[in-house]
Amino acid sequence: MPAARSLWSRLHLRERIRDRDTAVYGVLLIVALVWPMATIFATGDTFLTSQAAHAGTWVLLAVGLNVVVGFAGLLDLGYAAFFAIGAYSYALFASFQLASSPLHHAYHLPFWLMLFVGMFVAAAFGAILGFPTLRLRGDYLAIVTLGFGEIVPQLFLNLDQWTGGINAIGSIDQPSLPAWITGPWAGANDIAIVRDFNFSFDPVAYYVLIVILIIGAVILVNNLHRSRLGRAWMAIREDEVAAAAMGINTVTTKLLAFAIGASFSGFAGAYYGASFGLVSPDSFLFVVSVTVLVMVVLGGMGNIAGVIIGAIAIYFLLNSVLSSLPANLQSLSNAIGLGWLNNSNGAWPGLSELAQRLQFLLYGLILVLMMLLRPQGIFPSRIREQELKHAVATEEETVVEQAHAS
Amino acid sequence: MSEAPADRDSILELTELTKRFGGLLAVDSVSLQIKRGEVFALIGPNGAGKTTLFNSVTGMFRPTSGRVVFDGRVITGSKPHEVARLGIARTFQNIRLFDFMTAVDNVKVGRHVRMKAKVWDSLFKLPRERHEEERVTEEAMELLRFVGIARFANHYARNLPYGQQRRLEIARALATEPKLLLLDEPAAGFTPQEKVELMELVRKILTRGITVFLIEHDMKLVMGISERIVVLDHGEKIAEGPPEEVRKDRRVIEAYLGKSA
Repeated sequence: MPAARSLWSRLHLRERIRDRDTAVYGVLLIVALVWPMATIFATGDTFLTSQAAHAGTWVLLAVGLNVVVGFAGLLDLGYAAFFAIGAYSYALFASFQLASSPLHHAYHLPFWLMLFVGMFVAAAFGAILGFPTLRLRGDYLAIVTLGFGEIVPQLFLNLDQWTGGINAIGSIDQPSLPAWITGPWAGANDIAIVRDFNFSFDPVAYYVLIVILIIGAVILVNNLHRSRLGRAWMAIREDEVAAAAMGINTVTTKLLAFAIGASFSGFAGAYYGASFGLVSPDSFLFVVSVTVLVMVVLGGMGNIAGVIIGAIAIYFLLNSVLSSLPANLQSLSNAIGLGWLNNSNGAWPGLSELAQRLQFLLYGLILVLMMLLRPQGIFPSRIREQELKHAVATEEETVVEQAHAS
Repeated sequence: MSEAPADRDSILELTELTKRFGGLLAVDSVSLQIKRGEVFALIGPNGAGKTTLFNSVTGMFRPTSGRVVFDGRVITGSKPHEVARLGIARTFQNIRLFDFMTAVDNVKVGRHVRMKAKVWDSLFKLPRERHEEERVTEEAMELLRFVGIARFANHYARNLPYGQQRRLEIARALATEPKLLLLDEPAAGFTPQEKVELMELVRKILTRGITVFLIEHDMKLVMGISERIVVLDHGEKIAEGPPEEVRKDRRVIEAYLGKSA
């Protein structure tokens, strides 16, 4: 079939697959498409689909932080603040919360609108924070963002007149659509069109939504990466003085990195508010910022495909491997006849209890090991790869030089 | 930036430019005029304040006092990126390339200031943006050919041989479409052969209608290509004029060789 062959060759599939990142994207896309169907078929429920949808929030956060940390080289330790701002903007205007506030009126704005409002509000706060602080460099900037990340959840906690404080904001509206299509991939028997569809707590619907959001985000960030602005970010990361001498306004360029990075976080926040139905100040603590940063660094700073893999891997590690470790260890030891290990005895707390206690030690160990074995991340950008090779090479050179000198 | 009484012939005019770092007077009330289309050289012993003078012109430092007029505008105290936009480009004494970007990307960063793509254009890859990108890539390649390093286009800047890095810096500076090009010791560490090639390149740059203002240590190189020379010592201008005159100046000889008893 010559026609088919020419189409085949026109797609340049062979060359594309050879490009590592494209291959990663391809695999991710295929897995994302079959995931709900496969897991529902295999396990009989939607638990894994809702887990994946939740992991998607983190992927979105990591893709956004990668713009700030990976592209522009600005260390942001308070990224969760923008996530909180996005989540609260949606929660406040899509629940009964404001009825008990000094406004005495509840707003129920549609999710689709608030998705973009959350995005813009977070971006605006990114710019507001960035404006006075981006003149700072490196470590100083990191400290200021750290402070911001501490302040924002505190504000949401203490402005309890508006936000309900520690009581959190609950029963947040779920997104709805005039029509939705359901089928065997979502566990239904037939393909059918549902009218006046409400997402409610349908995990498959949220899953579809987050996958679409991530695809959109990845396309946009990829476009930016290979653009005038993306080059300016990299130039600033490489040498700020030289970048300024080439006519790049370093302050506005860094500000854009901050604002764009924050906007993805705001996006993720609105989605999080809707899918979780509850927004509370303690969901946005420092540990969230750090976890996202770990995802970015571990996945491969500056490389979008790597960052996605990193986010999924860390999410899976934290929420599946480590959290089910005690139970798994218990049943394993029972199965191989070492059941006595599970009984607490004096100082011995029992195997599963021990695993429970050591969870975060294990997490830490895994991170340390990862960074030792693969410092460039799982799928590094080519630049990071080079950089580390370079560092090793210079180190070796110095060692050789010292050897010669002595 | 106000209009200054324009001398149409001069592209850069410094009036009593002074830069003080605490107690150190790095540039002491230096005045000079550079004419359009000439090669103007700034020489002087180490620590004479040559690079500080460059930095004060390009906005890296704010001068303590004095005035900088470029192309009829007062640019004293302007920011580096504003100065670049107006048409002054520079290279650095200790090469400052974007190490982990390819050579062609380095030059494309130089085009930044003449590009129009806004965030939205890039986000959605609008046709306008795509055409601009294609054009800029072409222009960047053209510049790499101009300085003779096109074969390194897709290498990381840091992987280029030393001499080619200096050329890449010049290409990157030219990409900003400058009217005035400041070269800070462009031949430092060059072999005699490379110096000859550099002189050829400077002449080629002149034919593009760009004025060249260079700092150089190598007297022979300076004498060969520049029409006029200013000699700086301890921040002060001690001599000015055509090369053959400056070479004979007693104070210049003293500055370079020390006072003979």
